[in-house]
Amino acid sequence: MAEPEKQTSAAPNRAGMKKELPEHFKAYKHVWVVIECEHGQVHPVSYELLGEGRKLASKRGVELAGVILGSDKEVISAAAIDAFEYGADLVYTVTDPALAHYRNEAYTKAMTDLVNTYKPEILLLGATTLGRDLAGSVATALLTGLTADCTELAIDDEGSLAATRPTFGGSLLCTILTLNYRPQMATVRPRVLPAPVRQAGRRGRIVEHPLGLLEDDIVTKIVKFIADRDSNKAQLAYADIVVAGGLGLRSAENFQLVKSLAEVLDAEYGGSRPLVQKGWMTSDRQIGQTGKTIRPKLYIAAGISGAIQHRVGVEGADMIVAINTDPNAPIFDFAHVGIVADAIRLLPALTEAFRKHLSVNRLAG
Amino acid sequence: MHIVVCIKQVPDSAQIRVHPVTNTIMRQGVPTIINPYDLFALEEAMRWRDKAGGEVTVLTMGPAMAEDSLRKALSFGADRAVLLTDRYFAGSDTLATSFALAAALRKIGEEFGAPLMVFTGKQTIDGDTAQVGPGIAKRLKLNQLTYVARIVELDPERGNITVERRAEGGVQVLSTRLPVLITMLEGANEMRRGSLEDALRAARAEIVTWSAADAGISDLTKCGLRGSPTIVKKVFAPPPRAEKAYQIETSGRSMEALADSVMREIFKRQPSLESELMRFSAGQ
Repeated sequence: MAEPEKQTSAAPNRAGMKKELPEHFKAYKHVWVVIECEHGQVHPVSYELLGEGRKLASKRGVELAGVILGSDKEVISAAAIDAFEYGADLVYTVTDPALAHYRNEAYTKAMTDLVNTYKPEILLLGATTLGRDLAGSVATALLTGLTADCTELAIDDEGSLAATRPTFGGSLLCTILTLNYRPQMATVRPRVLPAPVRQAGRRGRIVEHPLGLLEDDIVTKIVKFIADRDSNKAQLAYADIVVAGGLGLRSAENFQLVKSLAEVLDAEYGGSRPLVQKGWMTSDRQIGQTGKTIRPKLYIAAGISGAIQHRVGVEGADMIVAINTDPNAPIFDFAHVGIVADAIRLLPALTEAFRKHLSVNRLAG
Repeated sequence: MHIVVCIKQVPDSAQIRVHPVTNTIMRQGVPTIINPYDLFALEEAMRWRDKAGGEVTVLTMGPAMAEDSLRKALSFGADRAVLLTDRYFAGSDTLATSFALAAALRKIGEEFGAPLMVFTGKQTIDGDTAQVGPGIAKRLKLNQLTYVARIVELDPERGNITVERRAEGGVQVLSTRLPVLITMLEGANEMRRGSLEDALRAARAEIVTWSAADAGISDLTKCGLRGSPTIVKKVFAPPPRAEKAYQIETSGRSMEALADSVMREIFKRQPSLESELMRFSAGQ
């Protein structure tokens, strides 16, 4: 990702530069998606990327490939079928005991070998702890461009990957190109893209590739894996209803009002970035560009102004209901329903209204 | 044990404003700070120095004014500060940044002793890429440990380290060999208050200032804009939705009446939600 200096000063010169892809990169074709497959399960962000990758590949008139690294043949076969049914034409697999769990060294070796052998023009990864760890190493090893945490991917008029992401701490968006290097790499956070429709029975071909690395050559060892006990941590991104608070709540105590409404609605709760900085809430509940991206059916934002960095994290919601005292707050530019009111007063009333409505109807039922 | 912490001076992003008409960043008077995530890296480095002995060097790349952030780091208790500054670095993307920092780290190794550990924050608050740390690790062949929540064990003599690393759905406990590149997770520690002596020392300390040539960089095509594979095509504010939010009338109404309207509007637009919530409520 480019540094701020670039965008203001020299960017226009280079953006106008004529694209001349060096000869040795002209063989680079096809769109790849790294399928994250850990503990026997595919991370849903991989399906989301396949859906987007399918569109990019079709626009470029090339194939879409999934890349699956792992140790268990059955898990990899099942993940390959998933990949085909979500749009992949082919799947590259590397199966080796050394790939049983994610380790930078082994995964970087596998990925760079695959890229150098089969030459994709676009390589997409999920912006997870795995994807970001791996992408930074692979891009540096290949000396190519990498754009992190994209909110939109497109093919521009000249056939390049146009990767859009928030910049300046989320106050503006910028579109980034990797013109003279291949592959063009990008990461996308979970839930930024919609999940594609599965096409049952769709199949493709599998290309197996060796790892070419022995366990003894790998320096880093996994001592153990401690699974999270608080399953809530993972659920915010995939919740149906989310209630969140912002600085408009004015105090840490008032954040309880958000939790109460969430409880009545069987919802997850969260908040905007300043709440983490103020210590009102832990960072795993932060919603926005640098926290969780959500796509619930209903999102209630209480006392959140709606800076771009927050907006890009919630725009996928089916319905956004915003409560803010400031009628000019940016959140009303992208919310569906707005209420100019003090969230501290409206939240308890709303909690009570839902509680009554749901219990009355329960009695009636 | 020599430890190097890479930090970045960033605008205090909470205070960045976008001009409402021109959509450009209003930079005037925006204060700068040390990237907050880097403070966890710096504190962790100083703790292990305090335990095992040795020195902590802070390194940053940036304009001359980035010296402020280095002095701040010295006032917290870092032992030495290196500023890498040169107009050839302007416009660096993450690949070009890791190239320059890797060169400076090699030079630091020659001048002040090879570091056993290099720390960075997990990401910056202005770029948010989390790519420079892994880039440095790859270039210097350091064992890479990102999103480290805790250093469980460190044995500089034997060259072993064990850490807890935040992973998807859990924590990986990893053991590896020094030298390592660690990106530190937020909340891992709390930055100390610097002592008065440190504050005085920081004010008069000499900042080691290196140009590209000083850092041993001979190939300037790998620096700055020229060395950056990514280019910024455009910067823009997202357009508002075609339709503004439907505003629920609030004037002269009680909170109860207003809340009722909000609930009815939600269920009118999303009837399936109402039935789902009914089922949830009935199951309670």
